[in-house]
Amino acid sequence: MNPAYSVILFTTASGAGYGLLFLLGLVAARHGEASSMSFALVSSGIALGLITIGLLSSTLHLGHPERAWRAFSQWRSSWLSREGVVAVATYPVALSFFAVWSGLIDAPQWIAPLGLLTAVMCTVTVICTAMIYACLKTIPRWNTKFTLPIYLAFALATGACLLLLLALIFGRFQIFQVIVAVVGLILVAGLKFFYWRHIDTAKPKFTMADATGLGEKVKQWEVPHTAQNFIQKEMGFVVARRHALKLRRAVFICLGLAVLAAVFSIVINPWVAMLAAPLALVAAVFERWLFFAEAQHVVGLYYGAPAV
Amino acid sequence: MTTLPATTAKKLGLVIDLDICVGCQACATSCKEWNTQGVSAPLTDDKPRSDEPMGVWLNRIHGYEVEEAGRDDSRVVHFPRSCLHCETPACVTVCPTGASYKRAEDGIVLVDPDMCIGCKLCSWACPYGAREYDHTEGVMKKCTLCVDRIYNENFEPEDRVPACVKACPTGARSFGDLGDENSAVSQLVKEREGYDLMPDMGYKPTNKYLAPRKRRDTAIADREVLPRGDGSAMDRLFSWADKLMSGERVTAKINPVDASDRLEG
Repeated sequence: MNPAYSVILFTTASGAGYGLLFLLGLVAARHGEASSMSFALVSSGIALGLITIGLLSSTLHLGHPERAWRAFSQWRSSWLSREGVVAVATYPVALSFFAVWSGLIDAPQWIAPLGLLTAVMCTVTVICTAMIYACLKTIPRWNTKFTLPIYLAFALATGACLLLLLALIFGRFQIFQVIVAVVGLILVAGLKFFYWRHIDTAKPKFTMADATGLGEKVKQWEVPHTAQNFIQKEMGFVVARRHALKLRRAVFICLGLAVLAAVFSIVINPWVAMLAAPLALVAAVFERWLFFAEAQHVVGLYYGAPAV
Repeated sequence: MTTLPATTAKKLGLVIDLDICVGCQACATSCKEWNTQGVSAPLTDDKPRSDEPMGVWLNRIHGYEVEEAGRDDSRVVHFPRSCLHCETPACVTVCPTGASYKRAEDGIVLVDPDMCIGCKLCSWACPYGAREYDHTEGVMKKCTLCVDRIYNENFEPEDRVPACVKACPTGARSFGDLGDENSAVSQLVKEREGYDLMPDMGYKPTNKYLAPRKRRDTAIADREVLPRGDGSAMDRLFSWADKLMSGERVTAKINPVDASDRLEG
């Protein structure tokens, strides 16, 4: 699948934003009012900013962005529509949470319920995003049990690293932030390890014989057109395996360094943890690029791929 | 609505006979010509005179080479590919706007170009590559089964068929109601054991494909022993010539199967 930069930016930026907002909601539900107005403003601002950048990037890359509102209508059948509905519904909840958490509105009894509700909305939105990909039977490498947990784990890991960074800047560094970040990063690394092992060893689900009905000994003789068409450009993108392996290593190295940065923040100097967030985000971008570039679409069977 | 109708009154679709398709592309060009002025208009082309032309086509004709068991010569099968108007298509259910829909009256899968936001998700959901995105218009295009022909009362009844069916010079494409078991297309599918593409995908395609018939010349290709001679003078002459030509000075047999077969008629 063609790794469109708008979709990579959307899923990584908004994933990190939802992860951060999720943790802010939970922390607030536990500890009550924010330690300072500026911390509440900057942390919520960054979370909602990342979410908004992601949503705008994916919306502006539609063929007709001005019709995007129509996407709220088909939530009964479409995960993309559900994502749109939940993403937009999260804004008023998150803003109300911010108002009470920051102390802008003095209603401390509402901090915990709104914090928890915000966390739930964030989780549901990321689930919807992941399901857009996971539900596509045409792309066996997405249609696996790994896709949903990987999206959730990446949102948690990148969100936790951002929280760690903000906590350092505002002098609120605590061990539990390190623990959450490390758990998230290790979870991501583990899931990606098993996902990649799965796609490297899984038997192909469909063959050219299934696609054409012409028996096992069928091969491409002539393509229907002289230049690449939309189907080949959108669905036929293939990354060379040796490049993919390099990028996979890069993901693991970034994740590993982010874990080290988080751990060293306890034993050496808290400021080392500043490195965790950029490293985790770089890992997320590489991983998301590979998620698309390594995904094979069954339509490739009509264009010469023997099996997908 | 992108939820699917429980049943459709008709199941209009195509039956494509791979035995007689000659790969002439008449269906593809006729489709392009009709649909660039019909309900899908325009079917745009991007840089059509450049080295990398790209354009929206709703019908693509592939060529496949198929090896058959026990034969060393393969055969070429021309394979038209377009929307199969599935009974339970994922391209419709993934659509976030309701622009994609399946008609309850005849089962045709359509895109409303005024509602499509151009997210391309439907093209990802289709295993058959039936949907092509129109970059110029910013919306998705697909086969309409020529809804603007098949119900068109300005046409003579025999012309109320999709443009591809009308154009096919060999009669490899048939159009009709595959939900009616007495229709000509259903009878054809029954007789020739028409099949679905990627049935395991579970989308229940309406269009059916008819496999190429078995080749009639199998007996000749499978023959290993030449017919026995009758001992006549002519036969001995050929045996002598055969021995002479099979001698050491003859280094290569050009095509032993051809020569012997032709000789014996």
